[in-house]
Amino acid sequence: MQNEASNVLNQFRQGSPEVVEAAFETLFRQHQRSVYGWILRIVRNPAAAEDLTVEAFWRIHRARARFEPSHGFEGWARRIATRAALDWLRARHVESELTTEMLAEVAAPSGADPAVTAEIRLKTALAFGRLPPKLRITATLAVIEGEPQKDVAAALGISVAAVKVRVFRALRLLRKDLEREGITP
Amino acid sequence: MNAHDEERMKEVLRQALPPLEGDDGPGRDLWPAMLRRMDAESGATQSHGWAWFDGALLAAMVGFGVFFPAAIPVLLFYL
Repeated sequence: MQNEASNVLNQFRQGSPEVVEAAFETLFRQHQRSVYGWILRIVRNPAAAEDLTVEAFWRIHRARARFEPSHGFEGWARRIATRAALDWLRARHVESELTTEMLAEVAAPSGADPAVTAEIRLKTALAFGRLPPKLRITATLAVIEGEPQKDVAAALGISVAAVKVRVFRALRLLRKDLEREGITP
Repeated sequence: MNAHDEERMKEVLRQALPPLEGDDGPGRDLWPAMLRRMDAESGATQSHGWAWFDGALLAAMVGFGVFFPAAIPVLLFYL
């Protein structure tokens, strides 16, 4: 089984065009679910996550010459998927997409602090959407989704220390933004 | 911002944007969309490649330059 997976990775990197296409389809079918899930956590939009999954795999296909089979496919694919999601975040203004109606549909999580009212949740979400995409993507993965910092660092291609700095900056900017709106969390 | 404030902001953020639950995959098989994307890109690449008439036009220009070298400065003037 291990050998078979290794063969597919080697064929994907350097095979005849037909062999590469067959290996690519195998890898796509094996990993589309996990890549989609990772992207969905970042963009929180199922339709966009589907498009970005295709985009990420297209980038993977184009960059296959740089793929190192010994390092595994999952981490490499996740890194490319993260870059595709970041580009998407940069190209869009999330604050204009988050409407009051959309956010009102998001009920408070179970065990929520009653002091955090619906208004605070709404303003926090809107302020979060105004953060620079690099900070937003880091805070989304590390704080909201609770991914281990080393996984976030690997996906973003930065150090764990840089992840900590970005999270701190994101939270500080968020707090300042909320304070300007008259909210002290 | 001290450590307490940082933890408080994390908590508020998690309540405003709760983590996505479950491990649902895409709502459809994405392979057909992948194939369409690859076809579209390869078509675009081909259309950016050299067509036969590009080569013919270049050959005609080179031939014109060889047989009528005096016309080259005139052509360059009008370019």
